[in-house]
Amino acid sequence: MSDQPTAGEELPVIARFEVRRRAYLAPDGTVARSLPQFAADTRVLVSLYRAMVLTRAFDLKAVSLQRTGRLGTYAPALGQEAVAVGVASAMLPEDVLLPSYRDNGALLWRGVKMEEILLFWGGDERGNDSSGPAHDFPPCIPVGSQAPHAAGVAYAFKLRREPRVAVCLFGDGATSKGDLWEAMNFAGVWQLPVVFIANNNQWAISVPLRLQTASATLAQKAIAAGFSGEQVDGNDVIAVRAAAERAVTAARSGKGPFFIEAVTYRLGDHTTADDAARYRPPEEVQAHWKEEPFARLRSYLVSQKAWGKSQEEELAGECQERVEAAVDRYLATGPRAPETMFDHLYAELPKAYRGQRDELQGTPRA
Amino acid sequence: MTLVEAVNAALARALADDSNVVLLGEDIGVNGGVFRATIGLQQRFGRERVVDTPLAEALIGGLCVGMAAQGLKPVGEIQFMGFLYPCIDQLVNHASRLRHRTQGRLSCPMVLRVPHGAGIRAPEHHSESTEAMLAHIPGLRVVMPSSPERAYGLLLAAIRDPDPVIFLEPTRIYRAVKGQVEDNGEALPLDVAFVLREGRDVTLISWGAMVRETMAAADQLAAEHLDAEVIDLATLKPYDAETILASVAKTGRCVIVHEAARTGGFGAEIAASIAERALLSLLAPPVRITGYDTVIPLPRLEQHYMPSVGRIVAAARKVCQFS
Repeated sequence: MSDQPTAGEELPVIARFEVRRRAYLAPDGTVARSLPQFAADTRVLVSLYRAMVLTRAFDLKAVSLQRTGRLGTYAPALGQEAVAVGVASAMLPEDVLLPSYRDNGALLWRGVKMEEILLFWGGDERGNDSSGPAHDFPPCIPVGSQAPHAAGVAYAFKLRREPRVAVCLFGDGATSKGDLWEAMNFAGVWQLPVVFIANNNQWAISVPLRLQTASATLAQKAIAAGFSGEQVDGNDVIAVRAAAERAVTAARSGKGPFFIEAVTYRLGDHTTADDAARYRPPEEVQAHWKEEPFARLRSYLVSQKAWGKSQEEELAGECQERVEAAVDRYLATGPRAPETMFDHLYAELPKAYRGQRDELQGTPRA
Repeated sequence: MTLVEAVNAALARALADDSNVVLLGEDIGVNGGVFRATIGLQQRFGRERVVDTPLAEALIGGLCVGMAAQGLKPVGEIQFMGFLYPCIDQLVNHASRLRHRTQGRLSCPMVLRVPHGAGIRAPEHHSESTEAMLAHIPGLRVVMPSSPERAYGLLLAAIRDPDPVIFLEPTRIYRAVKGQVEDNGEALPLDVAFVLREGRDVTLISWGAMVRETMAAADQLAAEHLDAEVIDLATLKPYDAETILASVAKTGRCVIVHEAARTGGFGAEIAASIAERALLSLLAPPVRITGYDTVIPLPRLEQHYMPSVGRIVAAARKVCQFS
């Protein structure tokens, strides 16, 4: 750093910061660090494992539906299941989730139905009138623009003295955006009950992290906003859950915001309209398959005699059955009358637009 | 009461009546806002309900969306219209469509107050009038008062409305017009134009600060025995075409007056509507008297940019002489 303008001047240090990393299970399933308390109950870990397996089964099915023309463009989450599931498992139903478009594992955990997610990606807004908690936000497509909403939601909690937390999920690309910074900055000033979680899958479509930021970590971005962040192994669902639980609990008890950078890897394409082979070598993807989140948790559970081949087979069958049933319900969802596009434009459609609705209603169907 | 005092009175009334109302914006607290629209409100209602935000307009818009989705009634303030644009993402992508994209599960009962227009000798970027841009966004309401009474009644209506409302406040008449306003908590209707003066010969349509010049033009025309009807549009989205069409059916002639640039201005929408629905009542082509298709000039030339009483009178005279 000898090219820094202050080098050699021995100016006093006025602030120092540290960023820590949390990881428990190594990729081979061995325990690298003593596990958090909740992990002592293997039933909890089994529930996380089951949720991840269901998420992947759903995800793979959604891609195949798109490939066969029965779903619109879809953003798969292959390899990132531990982030969504780990985060959602640390929340209470009355908390509010503000997800991005790659967080289906969290949506499913919170009670959104698979057919509702399919309906949304199948091009029907009814999918967002979902069975999850009524205050949860729908997936946000303009990257990072949900972060100020999270701050607004958290402000409402604080104003009303409600012990609730807003949890905002976004990708590494969002950390380059001003709206995320504006939201974090405000959350720091007002010590809001909000947790910002970067799903760092290392690729924003074709742009790798090194072109996104020169920061050593994304977690350190919280420091400038006056609160802390930590990096976690985002392929270790125990680490994600532990970090999220600590952050959510702290926020709930009035200790203010927190930032979690969950480092994972996007094993799939950005969306079904993307071909990642155009911009990243297959060897890189292959290497990351060795670190994906399932194998390590399964190995650990097997080592604890909490899981075995028969359970694995049974779970696979059960997930397939649930996914297929949801697909059937999705495909059986009837069409809507075109004029319903006016139904939720305003609480009550203004007189000025009723003529347009009538015009559409009277238009012969092409 | 001046227009800005009426805004203050409506905000105070809303804060007192409904504990869900929260004001937020830059310098609105201790300082009372750069135009003093929120003066005294933080002292009276506390810093949690009259929030001094960091200097970040996208944040102000986005906070409003988050708060509104939680059932609060946020009233954001953008300091000048030239600083609104970082917030457009929040208006187009979120505020205007939260109800639609969740099929009514979430909604966005927010108000964004934005000082509007030129004529106060302000620095660069302080004098914009881009209301047509906002009126193009489905799902929003866009409202602009032209008097203290309407500022009070329409702002209360905007705050009580269950959907997002952009409330544009004409800075040029913040203090230049006075009126009797009874602080009785009574709202005026949205989506309705106000006929400020009835007349038989020509319809003059305007909104915001230009209503003042338009009324003055009507007075001059009266001296020439031309009887002008003056309509204050008040709500631009959704606008009250019926009142305009009824007036044009009566007069057969109209002049649309706005401060904003002409091309794609809201006057074009009104003229199109008249052409589509009242062509056979017309005795002359509708005329637009507007700002020019230039960047709004700095103060030395801004008076030449804005429609003058003389231009409106001349246009009305010409329209009346057409046939």
